[in-house]
Amino acid sequence: MRHSALYTILFSGAVCLVCAVLVSSSAVSLKEDQLRNAALDKQRNVLFAAGLADPDEKLEAEQIQRLFDDIRPVVIDLETGEATDIDPTLFDQAKAARNAETSREAPPNRASVQRLPNHALVYEVLEEGVPSLAVVPIEGYGLWSTLYGFLAVENDANTVRGITYYQHGETPGLGGEVDNPKWKAVWPGRRIYDESGVPALRVIKGAADPADQAPYEIDGLTGATITGNGVTAMIDFWLGDNGFRSYLTKLREGQSR
Amino acid sequence: MSAAYRKTLLDPLFESNPIALQVLGICSALAVTSKMETALVMCVAVICVLALSNVSISLLRNFIPGNVRIIVQLTIIASLVIITDQVLKAYVYEISKQLSVFVGLIITNCIIMGRAEAYAMQNGPLDSLLDGLGNGLGYSTVLMLTAFFREVLAQGTVFGHVVLPKVSDGGWYNPNGILGIPAGAFFLIGFFIWALRVWKTDQIEAEG
Repeated sequence: MRHSALYTILFSGAVCLVCAVLVSSSAVSLKEDQLRNAALDKQRNVLFAAGLADPDEKLEAEQIQRLFDDIRPVVIDLETGEATDIDPTLFDQAKAARNAETSREAPPNRASVQRLPNHALVYEVLEEGVPSLAVVPIEGYGLWSTLYGFLAVENDANTVRGITYYQHGETPGLGGEVDNPKWKAVWPGRRIYDESGVPALRVIKGAADPADQAPYEIDGLTGATITGNGVTAMIDFWLGDNGFRSYLTKLREGQSR
Repeated sequence: MSAAYRKTLLDPLFESNPIALQVLGICSALAVTSKMETALVMCVAVICVLALSNVSISLLRNFIPGNVRIIVQLTIIASLVIITDQVLKAYVYEISKQLSVFVGLIITNCIIMGRAEAYAMQNGPLDSLLDGLGNGLGYSTVLMLTAFFREVLAQGTVFGHVVLPKVSDGGWYNPNGILGIPAGAFFLIGFFIWALRVWKTDQIEAEG
């Protein structure tokens, strides 16, 4: 069938217009649900890292809200470790890391972190009004992808309470086993810093001894040496001087006061 | 349902399965089949997109100018895929996270454009709907079979329920790692095509 050029242009325009209206109205009308899901997913993972919820059970939104009553999100200054008055509900750390005004180029690191935000969002788990745990965000490159997760540290600023990754693209069954509850169960009780105050916790090859005998070792994941190295690198970086070390020190001092 | 309609709907399951005979849509068949749950959501998404794109393209078939028809088809398919992706993100967030980019990549799934160009452009909306559903189901048959074998052999579970307790969890089953990675799906799809061609010998290509 032959059509005039004008018809072709008008027809294409009409199709585009209808499609654009459909796509944008679906995006706008579903946005609220999507944002709520993303926020809930993050909160859920904070709870998993802090050991306050079991990843196997389905958590309803109200349960998460209730558990979050005792959790205080705080935006801290990474360099000084001090809390700031930035509203944590409006703070987007990933966005802050992209913006030149609120971030700087990260020093060379094995976790392949490119930009370091000036501020970071941490979650303090309160016990009778006092932080007993801090859940800090960590991220770094594994084999194929950047892994995003949370590490929960007790208020002695040294003992790990738990770890969880909420986003990664590692090989299922190999590096993807960072999601395996058995592997995550190795973390609680391990220590981060050695006597000189440097992060010493690392993923080794093979199985680690119990936490009291090998406090700085985590089981390696079979067939996932590079993902394991990535995990070690991000612990090194995010708990070191460029990361949350000054914040954790402040947290511990706040405890002893 | 008349015989012709039934044929349009059911033929793509085994007689002209889009994956097994036409070898289309392999990419997502490898990527999302490590778990049955994600495979199922992917199947539903593909069936919806395929049925809707076939119907809308069929309705417009007499108005689409021939020289821009591929672009028009792709615009419609892309819009449907984006809407599907948005709906998944809003209602089954966990699974949409696992499917990640593969929902978006339904746009490039050759089955969808293949059916639009080969069928919906020549046939009425009802036939096209059945053709879309049928091809979606044919795709789903292969996906779910692959996902079943991959999940049960690599993780010892079916829809997340333990059926073969793994050694690492104190059971007896030693999981097969290769089926956990996408390459494992190649073997399974190969076996499926083999079995199908033993059953339906007319699908065997003449040796050149």
